Amino acid sequence: MPLLEPRPTPSAQMRLWSPLIAIGLTLLVGSLLFLSLGKDPIEAFGVFFIQPLSSGNGWSELMVKAGPLILIAQGLAIGFRARIYNIGAEGQLIAGALAGGGVAIACDGIDAWWVLPLMVVAGAIGGALWGAIPALLRTRFNAQETLTTLMLAYVASFALSYMVNGPWRDPEGMNFPQSIMFGDPALFSPWFEGMRVNASILIAAVASVGFWIFTSRSFLAYQLTVGGLAPAAARYAGFSADRTVWISLLLSGLTAGIAGVGEVAGPVGQLNLNISPGYGFAAIIVAYLGRLNAIGIVLAGLLMALLYLGGEAAQVALQLPAAITGLFQGMLLFFLLGADVFVDYRLRPRPKPVIA
Amino acid sequence: MTTIPPPFSSPPPGALRLELTGITKRYPSVVANDGVQLKVAPGEIHAVLGENGAGKSTLMKIIYGAVQADAGQIQWNGREVVIANPSEARRLGIGMVFQHFSLFETLTVVENIALALDEPFDLKRLAERVREVSTRYGLPLDPDRLVHSLSVGERQRVEIVRCLLQEPQLLILDEPTSVLTPQAVQKLFETLRRLAAEGVSILYISHKLHEIQSLCHSATVMRGGKVTGTATPSQETPASLARMMIGRELPVCEVPAYTGEALPVLTVSKLSMIPDDPFGTQLKDIDLEVRRGEILGIAGISGNGQAELLAALSGEAPGRAEAVKLVGLPVGHLDAGKRRKRGLAFVPEERLGRGAVPPMSLADNATLSAHAQGLVKKGFLRPKAAWEFAKTCIQRFDVRCGGPGAAARSLSGGNLQKFIVGREIMQKPIAMVVAQPTWGVDVGAAAFLRQTLIDLSRSGVAILVVSEELEELFEICDRIAVLAEGRLGPAVPKAHTNAEKIGMQMSGLFTSATDREPDHAAA
Repeated sequence: MPLLEPRPTPSAQMRLWSPLIAIGLTLLVGSLLFLSLGKDPIEAFGVFFIQPLSSGNGWSELMVKAGPLILIAQGLAIGFRARIYNIGAEGQLIAGALAGGGVAIACDGIDAWWVLPLMVVAGAIGGALWGAIPALLRTRFNAQETLTTLMLAYVASFALSYMVNGPWRDPEGMNFPQSIMFGDPALFSPWFEGMRVNASILIAAVASVGFWIFTSRSFLAYQLTVGGLAPAAARYAGFSADRTVWISLLLSGLTAGIAGVGEVAGPVGQLNLNISPGYGFAAIIVAYLGRLNAIGIVLAGLLMALLYLGGEAAQVALQLPAAITGLFQGMLLFFLLGADVFVDYRLRPRPKPVIA
Repeated sequence: MTTIPPPFSSPPPGALRLELTGITKRYPSVVANDGVQLKVAPGEIHAVLGENGAGKSTLMKIIYGAVQADAGQIQWNGREVVIANPSEARRLGIGMVFQHFSLFETLTVVENIALALDEPFDLKRLAERVREVSTRYGLPLDPDRLVHSLSVGERQRVEIVRCLLQEPQLLILDEPTSVLTPQAVQKLFETLRRLAAEGVSILYISHKLHEIQSLCHSATVMRGGKVTGTATPSQETPASLARMMIGRELPVCEVPAYTGEALPVLTVSKLSMIPDDPFGTQLKDIDLEVRRGEILGIAGISGNGQAELLAALSGEAPGRAEAVKLVGLPVGHLDAGKRRKRGLAFVPEERLGRGAVPPMSLADNATLSAHAQGLVKKGFLRPKAAWEFAKTCIQRFDVRCGGPGAAARSLSGGNLQKFIVGREIMQKPIAMVVAQPTWGVDVGAAAFLRQTLIDLSRSGVAILVVSEELEELFEICDRIAVLAEGRLGPAVPKAHTNAEKIGMQMSGLFTSATDREPDHAAA
């Protein structure tokens, strides 16, 4: 007998509370973790969550990390609403970075204002094309996008590895797997001296407003949502299921591709094997933590960025391993999914024995 | 109404099979059962009569242990019991046949029965017992047949036999005839009478008054969670029972004649379709024509191609262009949205999840199919227009709900159906296809819906109704055709046919039934 039974009416309020509960549980288990490692939890959390924000540069880094997370999560959320599970945004990010980086390499030495916009457009197209492959496989052969997007993420990663080890390797790079450093026309210039925050954060901000309007007002987003909530009702209304797949995967590929350009034309400044610390995967958590809502995603993206920063600070100040960031991300997702289960289900009470 | 004491109302104490006193069950928004009393004697066939939402199902679930009452006592054979779960109920000798079957289609009859047993079994011996019990009660069943090859009536037999194997002293049947042909209903009644003669008590839940009159010894009538009276059905009239059930006169539909020109609007020719679902029904050479100002009824038991035909008509399963025509133009290849734009409205059987998106508000659900009515402009939603549309629909079609902002799933079946029918009518269709218009709908709402459809047809709309309820078809339709095993019989004016002839066709006896069809053949 299953232990869980569906609740007759899941509480809408608890659905908003569940991310906060998940954050609380993550902190709780996190303190136990710190205790067991012999660290003072209060000090550790100070290093993790307060210290990164105690300087201007810390805020700058927060924006640098939150930008791509938010941008990718906004695109993913559209698909998740329609129950199209693109979990390979990392691959689309790499595809976008390759396309944008290719433009930068081709235009090396050209000092023109259009290089950077062209890179962004190329990245958007590259990411969208990488998303188009699973869309085609799904609509044509009914191959589950959950599998194909993930597998294509590895393909993209190997393609990147091939390019920076082969055709695009910097001839003066001492055989390191990396491309040339991009010229200034191909880079987002930092806003402040010595800090890395740049105009790419504006793309994420504009996209967030755009996605907020799109999801709350457009008929297209309505159709996608209906397709996710009640596929039979979408068919009944005559909304195309194939179109839902295409739009979901193209949009999320597009945003991930732009995020990829933001990295190579921003903090990284070239193509190499470390262009993304797993933003494409972390954005999945951001999308759900933000309740697939454009505003929620902005908040969740900031939190996730803070986790990245805190993880780095913890490595330095507390000599904790780099895995601590992934551990916190994992706990957060686990507790969020767990809390969501209990929004929709409850434990089945043990039946009382017969008194007769 | 006065309460007529049933013949079994006062047997000596302790002789009652089941006695419920003061059963109360509260849900957050509704009191489903409010101090319910019920007495059932051994060998008695006792009807529980009431509209949807009257609390019948909750009461039965309490007896079967699937739901726990908040207050009240259950006396079983004279001693007080607490029934914690269904397996406890079965151990006491209570069996229940549900309205919707829970059978595995890829398993055989005997395997399905074995799965439900609480004790260890030997499959061969069990098959013997199934055969023996099923013949004894006139429910012939082959234990080795796969369930997907059984008709719905046969599947119900599996459920009944499954209960009978446990040698129950009380058998609960929830709306058992909704899936049966008139002939099969008679067979079921014979079985139930035989069981009652052996001392098995039967609780028979239904809203079909004539069935209760012909079968049941006594009846408990419920309304709004309370018992409104007990009665001896044979001494009542359908009108007096209905009054007890709904608290007022049984509404009757007015069927005026159509005076306009009866031009064909929706035409289907040589429609054949192989379903995607491996257990679906193949449609074979379906021809039909619905004209302006008429309601064409399609009778038959669900599972005979109804779902496939409806999907082919609505556009949810597009096919050959020429197979379906709307005012002479081929539309068979178009999806549901495009057909709706050309004036074909559709009301599906499943209201939640198909006709409406359950967690969305009524206003948002208006946009679902009526977006072309100014609810979307340049790709953007117009929430105010949708709100107004829903509000008008709610007022015009008497939808009882919390307003346009109420979630679709918060409405009762009847009110949601009124909303969906209203939403489709407000788009001014030229043809409308309606599946099971009053399935699971209370008597008042059903009468309203039927009258709405009649009025709509008389305004010049061609309407096709697919329904399992024969009485309903006879009440509202002008012509009736039978769909059985994926074939559609000829549409006959309702004056030239009757329930018995239609029942014969439902059983798939097309050729013999149609051979006998012409009126002069009787000579």
